[in-house]
Amino acid sequence: MSVDGPTRTFRRQGRVVVVGASLAGLRAAETLREEGFTGALTMIGDEPHGPYDRPPLSKQVLLGKTPADGTALPRRRAIDAEWRLGVAATGLDLTEKRVRLADGQEVGFDRLLIATGTRARPWPRDAEADLDGVFVLRTSDDAARLDQRLAARPRRVLVIGAGFTGSEVASACRERGLEVTVAERGPAPLVGALGGVIGAIAAELQREHGVDLRCCITVTALEGDPAGRLRRAHLSDGTALDVDVAVIALGAMRNTEWLAGSGLGAGPRGVACDAGCRAFDVHGIVTDDIFVAGDVARSPHPLFGYQFLSLEHWGNAVAQAETAAHNMISAGPDRRPHLWVPAFWSAQFGVNIKSVGVPPMGEEIAVTQGSLAEHRFAAAYGFQGRVIAAVSFDHARWIDFYRERIESAAPFPPDFTGVDRPPGGVRPVPADFPDPALPTHGPTVTLSGYSPSDRRVTFTPARA
Amino acid sequence: MRLVVDLNRCQGYAQCAFLAPDVFVMHGEEALMYDPGADETQREQIMRASAACPVQAILVDQVDLAEGALAHVG
Repeated sequence: MSVDGPTRTFRRQGRVVVVGASLAGLRAAETLREEGFTGALTMIGDEPHGPYDRPPLSKQVLLGKTPADGTALPRRRAIDAEWRLGVAATGLDLTEKRVRLADGQEVGFDRLLIATGTRARPWPRDAEADLDGVFVLRTSDDAARLDQRLAARPRRVLVIGAGFTGSEVASACRERGLEVTVAERGPAPLVGALGGVIGAIAAELQREHGVDLRCCITVTALEGDPAGRLRRAHLSDGTALDVDVAVIALGAMRNTEWLAGSGLGAGPRGVACDAGCRAFDVHGIVTDDIFVAGDVARSPHPLFGYQFLSLEHWGNAVAQAETAAHNMISAGPDRRPHLWVPAFWSAQFGVNIKSVGVPPMGEEIAVTQGSLAEHRFAAAYGFQGRVIAAVSFDHARWIDFYRERIESAAPFPPDFTGVDRPPGGVRPVPADFPDPALPTHGPTVTLSGYSPSDRRVTFTPARA
Repeated sequence: MRLVVDLNRCQGYAQCAFLAPDVFVMHGEEALMYDPGADETQREQIMRASAACPVQAILVDQVDLAEGALAHVG
């Protein structure tokens, strides 16, 4: 690998600041050291905890099997960093190359990685959100509070929003033997992420496990008693529910406010960056020394028409962090693009749900293996005659096969003949995603930006 | 000790659940639940489970926990 003079000097004695001390930030820091960066490394995180894993919070932790403070991430290697935990970044000065902190201090950098992720979208009315018994679930502190409350056996839990987090919370409540109502604005759970055909199956799963699932409904007010404890929720159909606990699961908001006025192209949709994870400024000009990774990033993906993808996916945080870190300490020709194929999982009601690709781009869906009725199947999503995504319920071993179909732009309806074909053959039907203009819980993928729809590319994974 | 399973990779072979049943448990037919902060007494079983995983999805701490103590608040 050719390393030019300035790059060599930077690797030896440069200053890297990573804002965001969670999964993406940690994996980036490890990759920097792995690839030979020996300069100064500062990790800034607004939470008082070191990097920890979030997926277990809505599963093992809410089931009471793992303490909320027991999900610290394993380290791949020592990173020899200066940690600034419990202090948020509040501003960025691109000219002076300094990050401002909430405690008034500033940290200078030569190169910066922005990995500030997302936070839970709060209940919109503060007075109601402040009621004792109203929770969100994003951080380990959130999980600790909610687990403690569930252990006290509330009469009924109300989950507002049936995306993945809300559905997993409902699943954990049922497993603990608690009464739970799920209120979903859309026509079915998971409909924003997986469409109406799969949403109907998710609804069956919930009801079979005793969830009081109410769709096409919103919560209009949360009511407290004189002591400020939640006691009732009012619904848009005019009914009311007596509840002790409400979990707000209305999706996530990207932590970009601290970048306001910095000159970076940052906003509610995230921080826009190029395929090499370099941030764009407000003029659409790529910066040289500011990199982005994880949930807060929006980057163009050649497999999906070069649209900018914002992915709230564990695997994306890891892969993008590794690419960003590599590019931070590499000269131009050695840099590589972030070409990870979106993928995620969820475990709820005893079923292992996995997805690959971008389901919300799907126009049609075809069950290719197993059967919907048995809640054991794999299904492919089609977009303009090609396979664009797939989802599996308890069929995880097939997900890699579908990823290869997506990477090679295989035709849709699928022409492969596999084992375990559904009786009656493969029949594509509309995937039935809600109109994106209608409010529902946020999908885990949002698409926006320029779309040269008929351009074709040959996709090669970044690494085998 | 700290561990994490890359559940994108995990295909539910359940080798870990046989080799370290106090740490890895199948939840339903193929979903895996594990203890991310397992007790140090489980180390030998966890290392065996990690080595046996057909898709190498189990990442175990490569750094002494003492390094974590370097993390300080503020």
